[in-house]
This record gives sequence, C-alpha cells and structure tokens, in this order.
Amino acid sequence: MQITVNGENREYSTGTSLSELLKSIDIDERYVAVELNRKIVPRTQFNEKLLAENDTLEIVTFVGGG
Amino acid sequence: MADTVLKLGKYEFKSRLFVGTGKYETLDLMKEALEASGSEVVTVAVRRANVGCKPGESLLDYIDQKKYTILPNTAGCYSADEAVRTARLAREMGISDLIKLEVLGDKDTLLPDPVDTLKATEILVKDGFTVLVYTSDDPIMAKRLEDAGATSVMPAGAPIGSGQGILNPNNIRIILETLSVPVIVDAGVGTASDVTAAMELGCVGVLLNTGIAGAKDPVQMARAMKLACESGRLAYLSGRIPKKLYANASSPLKDF
Repeated sequence: MQITVNGENREYSTGTSLSELLKSIDIDERYVAVELNRKIVPRTQFNEKLLAENDTLEIVTFVGGG
Repeated sequence: MADTVLKLGKYEFKSRLFVGTGKYETLDLMKEALEASGSEVVTVAVRRANVGCKPGESLLDYIDQKKYTILPNTAGCYSADEAVRTARLAREMGISDLIKLEVLGDKDTLLPDPVDTLKATEILVKDGFTVLVYTSDDPIMAKRLEDAGATSVMPAGAPIGSGQGILNPNNIRIILETLSVPVIVDAGVGTASDVTAAMELGCVGVLLNTGIAGAKDPVQMARAMKLACESGRLAYLSGRIPKKLYANASSPLKDF
C-alpha cells in the first residue's frame, strides 16, 4: 500500500503499524511527534496504530532554533 | 532589594537569559555555549524528521533536560493555523506545555503578523499551553496579547537576527508600565550591552540566539551575555540615579 511519509510516497505491506514504519526508516520514537492525516497520534498508540492505503504521515522532531 | 526567581506560569527560573539552539557549527559547540550562558531555558524549533537517511545525532542528546527547560518555538509559521498545529506537535513530544509562539508576516523582515499572533494566542491559551508570545514592540498589541492570556509577552528589540539592539526603548518602557505579565525582550540583541539595556529597563529576561551563535567565539560571548544579564538586572533592582542636565560633585565642595 502507498503511504506518504513527510511528502514522499513509499510502499508498505498491508497491516504495517506506525511503530514498524518508524523503525523501517530509522526513526527513534522518543524524539518525534507524528500526525496521521493531519491528526496527532499519541505516542502511546504508535504500536497499535495500523496504517491504511493512502495514509499521509507527518513526522517531526526538534531541531536547533531560536 | 534582593532578587526573586522568575515565574512563568507554573515554571520558575533563576537565570533570566533564555538562549536558542540554532545556527551553531556543531552540537558540541552549542552545548558548550549553553553551559557558559548559565541559561535554564533553551529554545528549539519543530521540523520534519529526516526520512530515508541514517539518522544523525538528535539535538535532544545534547540538551540535558535535568538542567534545561525546553521551550519549543513555532518559528517559520506564517499563519495562526500553522502555528497552532506546530505547537500541538511540539507538546506531543511530551516535554512540556511551554510554547514560544511566533507567527511571522513576511520572509524578509521576519516581523510578526499581529492579527494571526493574537488569534493563535487565544487558541493556544484555551488549549492549556503556557504561551510566551513574540510580538513587535507595539504597546497596544502587547496589551492585547496579555488580555488574551499570554503568560509572557516578548517584544522584539529589533528584527530577528539583526543584532541592532533595543531600537525603541521608549516602547519597551511603555509596555513595561502597561502590562502586568512578565516582559521578555526577544530578538534583535547583538551584544552584551543590548542585554544589559533590556534588563535595566525592567524586562524580566532576554531571549537571544544569533548574538551568541553568530559570534566569532560563541562560548565567550555566551558568558558575556550571562554577565550582562545579571548586571542589568542588578542595576534595575538597585535603582539608578536620575539623569540630570548639570553636574553634581562627588567630592565635598567645602574648602580645607
């Protein structure tokens, strides 16, 4: 299935969880916040949240800033 | 007059210098400068995580959260909607409900958009955030932000990153007289005397980034800013002498 991750289209197998997706792109869950289709996914739901065809994910982190 | 701690909502700080984490050549240098600044509050920005390449080190690995309170900003947001979205994502990182709200109106001047800044303040206050809001030095706007429930109003001394110092001290004075919430000068600080000037006016703190990160020796400049902040605060608390037109001799004028 197609998932858009930070603006890029990526292919995942059906039933992939958010946690698995993050792991597949080397993202440390402790350091990110995630929106699924513009709605925030609480960190506690990363494991159970299953992704669906055409989902859009926005994954953000803290960077240097003033 | 002894100093008290700085209270911002439920947060308390001894240091009155707030520093940014942007524009450092390396994270090690940033860490050293933060240390030298004596600051207890450091600002960070929220951006898309790198996807598809091996992750670099995280900024958070370099900020000891036992020592520093993280203040996420909404820098780079040009509408209330974007800023609110960014603030909510920042809170979801699970660190705090503090937000440095910044809604910009223009890419060249980086001046705040007053209408959307007010709108976003109202939404975020209602949503339970501790809002420290960046604004211009307009006293009326500052008052409107206080009325909207901002925990601190943070007027710019000069445009972001410009290093021009406190361009209109009179406006800052009016803001200080009009508002009851803590006022922090945010942006425009170029060197130590700018920090002192803001603190002498009675601001409760100064927030800066480029002034340290862009200096030739950021670590030494961080220390200079720390001392300047303390100096200005002490001078403010001590009550300076009024400025007079004519001389007033320091030594007794009587003959032997």
